[in-house]
Amino acid sequence: MHPIVRTVLQRLGLGLLTLFIVSIVIFSALEMLPGGFAEAILGQSATPETVAAFNKEIGLDRPAIVRYVEWIGGILQGDFGTSYAGAGGNIKRHVSDLIAPRLYNTFFLAIMAAVIAVPLALTLGVLAALYRNSLFDRIVNSVTLTTIALPEFFVAYVLMFFFAIKLRWFYSLSTVSESTTFLEHISRAALPAITLTLVIIAHMMRMTRAAIINLLASPYIEMAQLKGIPRRRVIVHHALPNAWAPIVTVVAFNLAYLVVGVVVVEVVFVYPGIGQMMVDAVSSRDMPVVQACALIFAATYILLNLSADIISIITNPRLLHPR
Amino acid sequence: MMRDFDNKIRLASKLVAQGRVSRRDFMQLALAGGLTVAAANTMFVRAARAEPKKGGTFKIGIGHGATTDTLDPATWTNGFQFCMSIGVFGAQLTHIDQKTAVQPHLAESFEPADGAAKWVFKLRKGATFHNGKDVTADDVVETYNYHRGENSKSAVKSALDIVGDVKADGKETVIFTLKSGSADFPYITSDYHLPIYQAKDGGGIEWEKGISAGPFVLGDYQPGVKATAKRNPNYFVEGKPYFDDVEMLSIIDVTARTNALNTGEIHYMDRVDLKTIDLLKQNPGVDITNLTGFGHYVAPMDVRAAPFDNVDVRTALKYAINRKELVDKVLLGYGTPGNDNPIAPSIKYAINPEPVHQYDPEKAKFHLKKAGLETLKVDFSTSDAAFSGAVDAGLLMQAQAKAAGIDINVIREPDDSYWDNVWMKKPWCMSYWGGRPTCDWMFTTAYAGGAAWNDTFWNNARFNELLSAARAETDDAKRAAMYAEMQQILHDDGGIIVLMFNNYVSGHSKQLAHGDLNSNFDYDGGYIFERWWFA
Repeated sequence: MHPIVRTVLQRLGLGLLTLFIVSIVIFSALEMLPGGFAEAILGQSATPETVAAFNKEIGLDRPAIVRYVEWIGGILQGDFGTSYAGAGGNIKRHVSDLIAPRLYNTFFLAIMAAVIAVPLALTLGVLAALYRNSLFDRIVNSVTLTTIALPEFFVAYVLMFFFAIKLRWFYSLSTVSESTTFLEHISRAALPAITLTLVIIAHMMRMTRAAIINLLASPYIEMAQLKGIPRRRVIVHHALPNAWAPIVTVVAFNLAYLVVGVVVVEVVFVYPGIGQMMVDAVSSRDMPVVQACALIFAATYILLNLSADIISIITNPRLLHPR
Repeated sequence: MMRDFDNKIRLASKLVAQGRVSRRDFMQLALAGGLTVAAANTMFVRAARAEPKKGGTFKIGIGHGATTDTLDPATWTNGFQFCMSIGVFGAQLTHIDQKTAVQPHLAESFEPADGAAKWVFKLRKGATFHNGKDVTADDVVETYNYHRGENSKSAVKSALDIVGDVKADGKETVIFTLKSGSADFPYITSDYHLPIYQAKDGGGIEWEKGISAGPFVLGDYQPGVKATAKRNPNYFVEGKPYFDDVEMLSIIDVTARTNALNTGEIHYMDRVDLKTIDLLKQNPGVDITNLTGFGHYVAPMDVRAAPFDNVDVRTALKYAINRKELVDKVLLGYGTPGNDNPIAPSIKYAINPEPVHQYDPEKAKFHLKKAGLETLKVDFSTSDAAFSGAVDAGLLMQAQAKAAGIDINVIREPDDSYWDNVWMKKPWCMSYWGGRPTCDWMFTTAYAGGAAWNDTFWNNARFNELLSAARAETDDAKRAAMYAEMQQILHDDGGIIVLMFNNYVSGHSKQLAHGDLNSNFDYDGGYIFERWWFA
């Protein structure tokens, strides 16, 4: 079997196991948290009577193990279940219907930020390696490290202040809905995407720079330089192909972050992504929604890491054609 | 003399523009100064920024709402749901007016009988649901039964405990039979959990689509994100509402809300950030409304637990806290110091009990000594879940009480599940009441012996006796005397420390115009959608 196919199959199998473990961990963690859905929703106005009636209605009066088995049985048949919220009414809220539009928004924002951030980070990284220790290198380093060091909400407020309030180029609210057109979605999501770009760019840029500089000390690069090949060509054609593995790993890590870690940006810009949904679901102990979000997040990590590994293999002939 | 009057009228006009003086008060002042009724009225209307007119899309940014919100009225607890119910799609039997009196709304009239133990509500003729069906007495009965049934999970279940039976008498009359007389019962029917829904065949109500009889028809609703609604062309109140469309956005982050108001993406924001309010005031297009409501911050002591079982310890603590400083530092002046009376000054029968409990370490020491103690060390649980600034307030109280020889050990509890694990569990903690529009409702909810939310576990025989007596009393003077006595008893003996009443401070675009404002809650009591208009 070809090593790529084997890796993919192996990883996918392990991935499924990971998802299973994640679901158990999340479920038990939610069970261990004090309070339940009814208490969380009714808040200060909860009385033992109303809480009991509420729990009965959503089936929370049954043992945890029964609920878990039922839930996982549904998942295996592709049914993510219904949210506890609104469970008493005729119209059930299916978790998949709740999550789908928000997941779309989250991926939209993540892709938009990635499309800006990844090429920019790689270019800056290569240039910084090319002109290392120059003024350019120092400026790029200090600027990107500054933006990563600042908290996301602060970066967001600063951008909002200049681009939404003073210059009025963009919207201060990123509320989008199903009726929003593609172009409007882009302009609404512009400030959050720029914020995220500023937050993730340093990591990728630094890794690109470091990986290339690391290779520049190796004998084959020295040989290329001695042959008289221009520095630019040495870096792009000789060093970069061998530097892909570490870079891709970092890129994958940051892309995963764009999907799972942007709740602060969502709140500040009022962008209806999946992060806010998960936070609300956790604080109200809405187990089916929390589980679905957790599985999506875990799957995102697994798949992105898998792609990073595959790219590392493809770019490395020794791994691609093993003897 | 005349100059003085001019100044007064000018000031009054300004207050009218801010919605802080009612038409009646303004007219009285103007008439006293010799103006004719017509002239005074013209002046009032001009000051109140002209006649309302129709049109426009009103966008409001609300600092509440979660993705787990639903349209199920039994589960409503936050401000977003409050607005949707009171102001947008819901229609309650009654409304609360600007003077905090109860007025007919979906009910055309309500009359007590049998010493206020029976209430007859007549529905408005011709009122229809958004889908065109008539609102009937059966719908009302089912709506109330939904909240008070045995398996109800409703947040108003305990408020409706007093109702023994609800039944329809023909299509337009509903008769509430109460377990005991209650002169204030119609107030309860104005609650935001109680918009009237259509009865389902075989019992229950249809709440799933938000179809009630309110001023707007709910369109797109995305929990925790936004709700849109269109004017209800068949609304039973003539000429209202004024806006064509309403768009409600859930904007939890206060900075985002402020920016949205500044950039014109919304016309109204609730809960202005008091720390930056002066910057917001610099925006020439923005007005601020600032009203003392019924909401109050409290520190309930469990009177069953030592040392709070000793009334002198309780009194010592009441004197050991500098409420003025709390208002100045936690609410930045946007509030009123409490006097251990949970009844807001604007509520009927409210008194200000003597002696006023204000910061007096000497008196605190005196009461401590009376309790046989030299010093006192108590644990105090707090968290910003109780109200924003509660931890800071706890630390201020700790510093203030030192002068009285009281060592308050402030414990910061986790925000998450604070209401489950701390409130009513720990002997002394921070809490918040949104307040109720009547003495009876507030007392029944939180101070009657054995009440579900009696967070001080205080059980005073005289108080309980007066509570039942006053509830059924229809003679105004007698009721006033009873409620005065109850407020005094609670003030002197109760386990509640009412720290302060908070103001509702909101910002809105000057494009909006409004009349007098309700003080029972933010958003003009929730009626903003129906009462405000674009100037």
